Amino acid sequence: MTAVTLADAPKLALRHRLAERGIDRTLLLILPGVIAIAALFCYPFVYGLGLSFQPAKGGVFGAYSAFFSDSFSEGTIWKTFGLAIPASLINVGLSVPISYRMRKDFRGKRLLLTLLVVPITLGTVLTAEGILEYFGPVGWFNQTLQKLGLISAGHPVTLINDYWGVLFSLIISGFPFAFLLTHSYLSGIHPALEKAASTLGAGWWQRFRFITFPLLLPGLLTTFCLTFVLGFSVFPSAIMVGDPDGRTHVISIEAYEQALQNFNYPQGCADAMIMTALMLAVIGLVMGVRRFFYAGSTGGKG
Amino acid sequence: MGTRALRMRPGAWLIWALVVFFMVNVLGVIGSVVLDSFGKTWFSGWTPRGYTTSNYAQAWDEFDLGQVMTVTFQITLLVVAISLLLGVPASYALARRDFPGKRVVMLLFVLPILVPPIAYGIPLATMLYKVHLAGSFTGVVAANLVPSIPFVVYTMTPFIEQIDPRLEQAARMCGAPTRSVLGRIIAPLLLPGMLAAGILVLVRTFGMFELTFLTAGPTSQTLVVSLFSAATSAGIRTAQNIDAMAVIYTGSMLVLLVIALRFVNPTQLVARSRD
Repeated sequence: MTAVTLADAPKLALRHRLAERGIDRTLLLILPGVIAIAALFCYPFVYGLGLSFQPAKGGVFGAYSAFFSDSFSEGTIWKTFGLAIPASLINVGLSVPISYRMRKDFRGKRLLLTLLVVPITLGTVLTAEGILEYFGPVGWFNQTLQKLGLISAGHPVTLINDYWGVLFSLIISGFPFAFLLTHSYLSGIHPALEKAASTLGAGWWQRFRFITFPLLLPGLLTTFCLTFVLGFSVFPSAIMVGDPDGRTHVISIEAYEQALQNFNYPQGCADAMIMTALMLAVIGLVMGVRRFFYAGSTGGKG
Repeated sequence: MGTRALRMRPGAWLIWALVVFFMVNVLGVIGSVVLDSFGKTWFSGWTPRGYTTSNYAQAWDEFDLGQVMTVTFQITLLVVAISLLLGVPASYALARRDFPGKRVVMLLFVLPILVPPIAYGIPLATMLYKVHLAGSFTGVVAANLVPSIPFVVYTMTPFIEQIDPRLEQAARMCGAPTRSVLGRIIAPLLLPGMLAAGILVLVRTFGMFELTFLTAGPTSQTLVVSLFSAATSAGIRTAQNIDAMAVIYTGSMLVLLVIALRFVNPTQLVARSRD
């Protein structure tokens, strides 16, 4: 009897000590999810990283040097940045004044938010299909420009199968996303802060510049990151409305073509790794900048 | 209302004009697809020459949409079920326990949402080729689970956090075994959150292009992937047929969206709810 308790005592104590730190059987519930993500996300990623160092020729870094020595594939980096940076700047830049204007409740606000969700949920493929027709040479957009006398008949503005079509598709699907995020950040700033400034005689610009904007900035940088990621990984619309072999030959197309059209898996994985690394670098940079700004309480919902 | 509108400042006018301009363009983008899908031919002018509904019948036959729709709904529902099954227990543990390494687990769950599908989809597709799952139904479901499980976790964790743990403790005090606590206390409280998370995953999986495109084979294509293939592959298909298919896709998506919006806030569709 005594022997049993003595043997059990340290075991029990350990279990208690672990439970005090929050480790008990409930934690086993995490395992299925973690295992699934490890098997379907982490393992493929590590596998792809390993594969990218085993190209058919060129040694360990062969795939990477092949990417950077070919000006066509290296150029995809600048083409991708050339699309993603303007698109995310426009999306974030537009959503600030618009959501600032709409921060208060007004009639039909939910309807407006719902309408804005539509382009996001429709997805890039449908948006691209629509852009092909709407912005096409005989589409409604060019016809309206003609009617307004901005362009002469028979000389439509080339917007599709070019850089602009892809940029438009990034704005159409990215702006609502940026707007909804900014809007939700903005509604997290307590209105009393602005009212307090107002009682001290601050005009709207001062209130925005010194109260709202600094509180919003961390959220804006996050929004910028998320829209940037959307733009950086643009894929279907770059093929459908873009010029996939020329001006919009973005890095995702390059990676896809190498992996699933040329069946050069090491090269495709290397391209995907370069893409991820560049994206993480930009996110790291923006998040690093974010640390310099106020990141405390915003007063919660009003 | 009218007098107030007239008193708006120029800045307000400009902003409303921007919103209206954006909306008009979005409506134009969607509207031209819808209109074209009912048109006979539309080479120039504001509207098509003559209207017909035969495009839909043709698209349905030509793209074998019956089969595609079945596959799409099978994949989507399976993804919803599995991701709820794996995600909800994990979010319960994450919401209720504070343990060393919790930040690592949270990071593990945020990465698949943050990293774009095309970046991890290519290594994933490569791995699926190696284990002979590429192009199969299983492969597509597995690939779609990657963003869905974390999405469920991130929707459900704050939801569970706001359920008072004392309810469970009270039930235990009254002598309820784990089975009853789960079935009679936790499950009914979780149901609204699970419904919202499930619908959000449904909408996202239905519209998920990249992962399905990278992993699907001819018999495991979802609607959005076959729409892309139809639109990009050269052939004798008319634009009207492709548009009819696009409208079928839009229609199903809108139905899902309307259902979703009955249960969730619009902002939840893009980000985890913050309150």
